[in-house]
Amino acid sequence: MSQDVLILKGIEKSFGETRVLQGIDLHIAQGEFLTLLGSSGCGKTTTIRIVAGLETPDAGQVLLDGEDVTDKEPYQRNVNTVFQNYALFPHMNVEENIGYGLKLKKKSKQQIHEAVMEALKLVQLEGYEKRMPSELSGGQRQRVAIARSIINEPKVLLLDEPLGALDLQLRRQMQLELKRLQKKLGITFIYITHDQEEALNMSDRIAVMKDGRFVQIGTAHEIYDHPRTAYVARFVGNANIIHVDGQTLAVRSENIQLMSQKMDEMDRLPENVDHQKSFVGGLPGMIKEKSFVGGMLRIVIALEDGTEVIASRHGIDADWEPGQSCFVYWEPQAGVTVEEE
Amino acid sequence: MGRKSNNWLLIAPMYIFTLLFVAGPLIYMLVLSFLQKADVWGVEFVFTLKNYLKIGKQVYLNTFWESIKLAFATTALTLLIGYPFGYFMAKLPEKRKTLFMLLIVIPFWTNALMRMYGWIILFRSNGLIEQGLMALGLIDDSLKMLYNYKAVLAGMVYALLPFMILSVYSSAEKMDWTLVEAAKDLGAKSWQAFVTITLKLTLPGILSGVILVFIPSMGLFFIADILGGGKIMLVGNLIQNQLMSTRDWPFAAALAVILMLFTTLFIWGYKKITHSDELEGLL
Amino acid sequence: MKRYELKNSQPPAVRKRKSKEKLRLSDWYLYLLLAIMYLPILIVILYSFNASKTSVIWGGFTLDWYGELFHDRSLLESLKNSVILALLSSSVAGIVGTLGAVGMARVQFRSKGMLEYLVLVPIMIPEIILGMVFMAFFSLLGLPFGMTTLVLGHSAFCVPYVYMQVKARLVGIDKSYAEAARDLGARERQVFFDITLPLIAPAILSGMLLSFAMSLDDVVISIFVAGARVSTLPVKIYTQLKTGVTPEINALCTLMLIVTVVLVLISQRLQRKKM
Repeated sequence: MSQDVLILKGIEKSFGETRVLQGIDLHIAQGEFLTLLGSSGCGKTTTIRIVAGLETPDAGQVLLDGEDVTDKEPYQRNVNTVFQNYALFPHMNVEENIGYGLKLKKKSKQQIHEAVMEALKLVQLEGYEKRMPSELSGGQRQRVAIARSIINEPKVLLLDEPLGALDLQLRRQMQLELKRLQKKLGITFIYITHDQEEALNMSDRIAVMKDGRFVQIGTAHEIYDHPRTAYVARFVGNANIIHVDGQTLAVRSENIQLMSQKMDEMDRLPENVDHQKSFVGGLPGMIKEKSFVGGMLRIVIALEDGTEVIASRHGIDADWEPGQSCFVYWEPQAGVTVEEE
Repeated sequence: MGRKSNNWLLIAPMYIFTLLFVAGPLIYMLVLSFLQKADVWGVEFVFTLKNYLKIGKQVYLNTFWESIKLAFATTALTLLIGYPFGYFMAKLPEKRKTLFMLLIVIPFWTNALMRMYGWIILFRSNGLIEQGLMALGLIDDSLKMLYNYKAVLAGMVYALLPFMILSVYSSAEKMDWTLVEAAKDLGAKSWQAFVTITLKLTLPGILSGVILVFIPSMGLFFIADILGGGKIMLVGNLIQNQLMSTRDWPFAAALAVILMLFTTLFIWGYKKITHSDELEGLL
Repeated sequence: MKRYELKNSQPPAVRKRKSKEKLRLSDWYLYLLLAIMYLPILIVILYSFNASKTSVIWGGFTLDWYGELFHDRSLLESLKNSVILALLSSSVAGIVGTLGAVGMARVQFRSKGMLEYLVLVPIMIPEIILGMVFMAFFSLLGLPFGMTTLVLGHSAFCVPYVYMQVKARLVGIDKSYAEAARDLGARERQVFFDITLPLIAPAILSGMLLSFAMSLDDVVISIFVAGARVSTLPVKIYTQLKTGVTPEINALCTLMLIVTVVLVLISQRLQRKKM
């Protein structure tokens, strides 16, 4: 990888008694799309606010292009943010909003106008320059907010749940567009979301955050298939956490097999199970719930030790009814050993 | 660090102004109330309780008593008249609401003296109303409608009514009317829903209105002066007399301190009941 | 709503008429009270066109009083005083109150609660107290009574109006606007002038308008701090009401009413512009 554009070293931050960040270390390469993934309150917003210079860390360093900017004001660092609620200035029209950063840099009116037009073209909002923010739809405001940030050609663009307020369809569309924009401009993106699907779709790397720490940093593939901890497995892959023989295993619900008898007692496996495959597990449990979610059957099984396991996929045997006892199996490679936190 | 000192520069003018021209005068009032009136002019810096003891005299106690009675009567009447107004206003359609708001704010912003003067033209002896009634042959003699207690009371109610209306309105406006519908849906009669829901939820507005009417009504001396014809003596008039005619400033200060105590007590009570720092509909 | 209607056994048409009747009753009340409120104001306007000097009998339409108004030196002088006073005190309040509200929103300090209470005291206590303490205090300081004491006294009750309006507006402004500006490269000062100030401008203006109107109308405090040489319009009207009213006063009040209505209209427009 090329040179790291942003380095965070041992960042710590507390608000009063609460320790929001407890030692954040992160290296981000030029042109990378990195996602901070975590549930609300995990410290991801605070992290990018520290990068933006809107908060000062209690300890640690922020290096931008090798330069220590930890105590620099926001105007002294070439980083921009797309805010969660867009934060478009309500008293300025689209053109004034987008051109504000350049106006602060004392660029000429002509220069600003040209740059604004180009930015509008980039976000496909030509002809909207005289509109006021209140006259725009949610998706349009989102584009204006992005245009306003990228016009300054920041080294790093911070996006705080930028698609959070949009409906699902628009969200999917904007995901693609953002990705396209990032490739085209080659700007480093730090993207915040609590939606694992969004993170998996868009990112080069994902940093999973919990309680002010990174639990795991890696590519989408690494995080999804090789979760390091039970939390990551649960949060990113919706995996079941099963304790067997003193080990903690993560098994995703589409890999759970249900059988009515112990394997060695069975004459034959159910028809939908591949006979060539070997299975492990065989934990006894009882069916608790059965429901259809998104066209898939979802079965909740209570194991003897009290843990709940969810089996969910197409083609699962629909004959199971709550109250029946069963045995839970999975393929050996489907069970990933994870750390308990 | 730099940012912090900037903020102090912003506050400084207000801080200094307030200390100098609000706190300063009030503290001086307190000090003054314990000083002695000089024989000819001004005050002597000698400590005395005489001024407070003087308030205990029957004639001054009476004045206080009259003022409080009038203030209570004014407050009760404005509430009685103003509550339905604010309540009905909050139920108007949006467009007419803004129009009514405008129509209430205009008299509120208009010179109180001018409005009093209009009443005088109407009600004075041989004024518009009396002449009309005489022309119709309904009366022969003057009704003497002005320059008495009732006229002062009416004037006070008239002057302070907008405060009550705006207070009640602003809390009725914020009310969730579906609660009333829910109450009715659960079997409450209209009046029951009103007492159990509406009245309770508009209570902050009522209390704030009561404060905003009661406090000024203790001191509006010019209404008593103009409509009472000098016959009605309120605390306000007493203070004004002491300042302007008798020139007994320490005594005036003592009167003001007592009045101030009343006021503070009322505001404190309001805060205790509503747990709110701001008066509803003050602006 | 729907369910409630279903439960009601009366046919819809009857119900509709009933609620209409009810509405009418409350409407009557509103209009009647408004009429009473405006009656004295209308009387004053009407009599400003009354040719008869005794101001009881209608003596025909005339504009004489308006003409005479512009020849009445002392009345014009007090009008001028009132306008200057209102302009000065609302400006002082505009600056002091706005800066104060902005600063108070940013810092925490121990005497903050006390300061806030003191700022609001002038509009919470009976005016007579304010008038009396100013009179005593200014003479203690040895300030000559006149325009200076008037402006100080009026500013004291104007500052809270601006302060409260701006404070309320600041609470309503999303913090992220200022942060977005800083993020885009604005310094503290630029954030204030480019973002905060434009956003609170309607509140500042409407607070100043209210201050202007309140100052223009004030009798109580002016009586105490005006001194012998300077007179404001309300003080003049007050003296006349006690001694004897000249008909130009009607004309003058009418003109001032027009000013007030304009001020109220502007202020309402500003309030509705809230974002």
